[in-house]
Amino acid sequence: MADLIVNLTALAPEIILVAAALTFLLVGAFGGRKASGPVVLACVVVLFIAAGVVLTFSSEAKSLFDGALVIDTLSSFGKVSALIAAAFSLLLAHHYLKIEGRLTSEFGILVLFAALGMMIMVSANDLLSMYIGIEMQSLALYVLAASNRDSLRSSESGLKYFVLGALSSGLLLYGASLIYGFTGSLRFDAIAEVAAQSPSVGLVVGVVFLLCGLAFKISAAPFHMWTPDVYEGAPTPVTTFFSLAPKIAAIVLIARVLFGPFSQMVVDWQQVVIAISVLSMCIGYLGAIMQTNIKRLMAYSSIANMGYALIAMATGTEVGLSGLLFYMGLYLISTLGIFACILAMRRAEGMVEQIDDLAGLSRSKPALALALTALLFSVAGIPPLAGFFGKYFVFLAAVDANLTWLAVLGAVASVVGAFVYLRLIKIIWFDQPGAEFVPMSKVQAGLAGGSALLLLPGAIWLLPALSSWAQIAASSLFING
Amino acid sequence: MNDLPHILSLITFTPLIGALLLLLFKSFARADDKAIVEKNAPVVALVTSLFTLALSILALVEFQPSDPSFQLVEEISWFAGFNYRMGVDGISILLVVLTTFLMPLCFIASMGAIKTRITEYMIAFLVLETLMIGVFCALDIMLFYIFFEAGLIPMYLIIGVWGGANRVYAAFKFFLYTLLGSVLMLIAVITMILVAGTSDIVTLLAYDFAPELQTWLWLAFFASFAVKMPMWPVHTWLPDAHVQAPTAGSVVLAGVLLKMGGYGFIRFSLPMFPLASQYFAPLIFTLSVIAIIYTSLVAFRQTDMKKLIAYSSVAHMGFVTMGLFAMNLAGLQGAMFQMLSHGIISGALFLIVGVIYDRMHTREIAEYGGLVQRMPIYAAIFMLFTMANVGLPATSGFIGEILTLVGAFQANTWVAFGAATGVILSAVYALNLYREVVYGELTNPKLVAITDVTRREIVMFTPLVVATLVFGIFPTLITDITGPSVEALLERIEAGLALAAPVGGPIG
Repeated sequence: MADLIVNLTALAPEIILVAAALTFLLVGAFGGRKASGPVVLACVVVLFIAAGVVLTFSSEAKSLFDGALVIDTLSSFGKVSALIAAAFSLLLAHHYLKIEGRLTSEFGILVLFAALGMMIMVSANDLLSMYIGIEMQSLALYVLAASNRDSLRSSESGLKYFVLGALSSGLLLYGASLIYGFTGSLRFDAIAEVAAQSPSVGLVVGVVFLLCGLAFKISAAPFHMWTPDVYEGAPTPVTTFFSLAPKIAAIVLIARVLFGPFSQMVVDWQQVVIAISVLSMCIGYLGAIMQTNIKRLMAYSSIANMGYALIAMATGTEVGLSGLLFYMGLYLISTLGIFACILAMRRAEGMVEQIDDLAGLSRSKPALALALTALLFSVAGIPPLAGFFGKYFVFLAAVDANLTWLAVLGAVASVVGAFVYLRLIKIIWFDQPGAEFVPMSKVQAGLAGGSALLLLPGAIWLLPALSSWAQIAASSLFING
Repeated sequence: MNDLPHILSLITFTPLIGALLLLLFKSFARADDKAIVEKNAPVVALVTSLFTLALSILALVEFQPSDPSFQLVEEISWFAGFNYRMGVDGISILLVVLTTFLMPLCFIASMGAIKTRITEYMIAFLVLETLMIGVFCALDIMLFYIFFEAGLIPMYLIIGVWGGANRVYAAFKFFLYTLLGSVLMLIAVITMILVAGTSDIVTLLAYDFAPELQTWLWLAFFASFAVKMPMWPVHTWLPDAHVQAPTAGSVVLAGVLLKMGGYGFIRFSLPMFPLASQYFAPLIFTLSVIAIIYTSLVAFRQTDMKKLIAYSSVAHMGFVTMGLFAMNLAGLQGAMFQMLSHGIISGALFLIVGVIYDRMHTREIAEYGGLVQRMPIYAAIFMLFTMANVGLPATSGFIGEILTLVGAFQANTWVAFGAATGVILSAVYALNLYREVVYGELTNPKLVAITDVTRREIVMFTPLVVATLVFGIFPTLITDITGPSVEALLERIEAGLALAAPVGGPIG
């Protein structure tokens, strides 16, 4: 009994989310349309509270429920970033849905459930809880993608996401069953013991399948096919959410799987991760060159960004993991800011999504243009913007792990990436202005400006803080050497 | 020891503060005050740059030329091995002063010439000034890289927003070309930091990298600096960028940005990878001589004045690389002198083109002719800088060329022979340009009403004229400052070469 209480208190943030989600479901059901606005805002507050609770009570590493879940600095890094990302995307969604007249309380509740799934993912310490976490978030995400029922494209995107997601779950489960078959356990620490001795071929195949299933979740090439269509079809705030929270949760999960039970099999999975990484960088940036829709462009950009994250992953070292988390932290900030700007692309007749609609933004909306330019230069990795440091630590980890050629490849690919972002900046600064956007909301302005400011002057404080947090989080997987 | 604490930071960030002020004025001005902000922005920028110039002269006075070590050092640690370290030696201090000297002239040149988005233009230039000074002051290799790379952002916007008809193409080409070179250098920098365990330039200068590693690192740095310099055959971005950039942009590009490549070679490649530098010196010599002869010939065939001067810049930078890799006192001193002198002369030449471009809105040589009849003062100024560009004695251009030639002669006679041919060719294209534009009949009817230089333009040219003549007649003003540092550098190179000699002779 005492054990159960310890377990449950350690799960306080998750329990808060569940309780809030169930309560809001009732409130939504009884309150009808009137309640939807307050419920969505309350969901935002709950997400922040949960993040706060995670931060406050993440003192020591714990193993819960017979080792099904684990709580450590890495899980709290993942949880806090996913929750904050979810909260800000929901905040952006609130304003968007209100204008579109589609504000429903279910939207917020689905985000809460998705966030819950992510929290389980980053804490997962055996194959079963991993799968439950993934499915929990995915099911909520499928519904969110299709949440605009009247739009054909939104429904298409939801369906496409669902079908391909099911396929990837199949791959994942197949891999998990192989791993179980060849190690005789679902628990990561037990698997680690078997894997450390002499990994059988079946185990290696299982790990590769598992990796493929997870690569789908972070939209890494060649499992990226769904990304542009889903990003384009889903309502923009949902796209924002997709490109932030699930990515960080899945990356942390992959790190936990590869650096935990399979840490002794680096040689086996390293080449797979490298292949996925190289493909993602190349396909992501080359694909982005052709795009005219900014959401599709961001989809390809996120594919490429995952490629960079995977460079750090491929090293299999502690330096690599902390570089990876650092990179993801900066990715979250800049992507959130860019999507806040994309959501501000609204004319009197409605949202616009073509990159040419940004033409001459530097004249019509100088502040927005400045923020977006800073954010774009940051994702392009041009110093002194913070995004450069993300790439720097990724390359540092690669060179440190004798993967210099991969770092060189990543560096050269970043020049192609620079072209993609420069094209946007060219449209913003060099082209003649078109029709003006309607004034942006305070939330959008705050998030766009705030993230841009965090990346330039704020970087002086942000980078040391983020870097030490990433190091602490990374160290939790390397305690035993 | 240091009476002026943080003087280098002050010099570096004063322009940035000016830029922020302008940004604030612009953001918070009421609608009816916007015009006033636009009108006064050049004045604010000019005052800021003059103040920066004054500060840099203070630093120059404080600087002890006889001491070859880094001076006016500042150090603040940041995180994860990143440090903010600033300091100058005889090599970098003059480049700092060159930058602060040229910037006020750029602002004077822009008054009246720039008609749209004036405030943003001034902000971009002030930010650029901060980044350029930072490159020369940085004593931490990462800090250097950050400044080096960040300069692309304002320059991209300057070319793209205020440039000529084909500005978008030129801006992209400029950005991507230089970025591709730089990212390779980034990987090399990371490798150096991991191998040597520090990013401190002073420590790295004394660190002996393994011979094979030196080769790779040298090549990566070469990729970056050769593009920036620019050396033949990776110079093709320069003519486009120059032609499309506004006048002040060209001045900064030729005057300061190109010098970053030479500075990079002398600060990093030569002392840190002496073995590789020696190994690759024949390559550099070949490329330099090709650059000098080939681009001089190309310059001769240009119909656009800016393009002609751009190609002549490539040729003159060939002298710099040749002098640097001669790896002797005359060569290095000459290269330093040539960089400073070219900064002044090419800046002046672009301003000269800007003067008539502002009046006629064309840079086609064929559109001009007989300007001496309408613009006598202009013709005199143009004459002086044409002669300086050719390398006539008593101008600063002569000293740089003769010193690098002497240096090259000591290293390899044939290289000096090839480069000397280039000196003749430079006279061919420069004198031809002058003849076509200034002499001859006044054939174009539009030229009849052209007016001579205004008082503003005279103010702009005076410092350049004085500098060209003074440094041409008293070259020791410069060589005394660079001398001790260059000698220390040579000692370092020799020590680095000697280290490998007993093991198995120089590589290659």
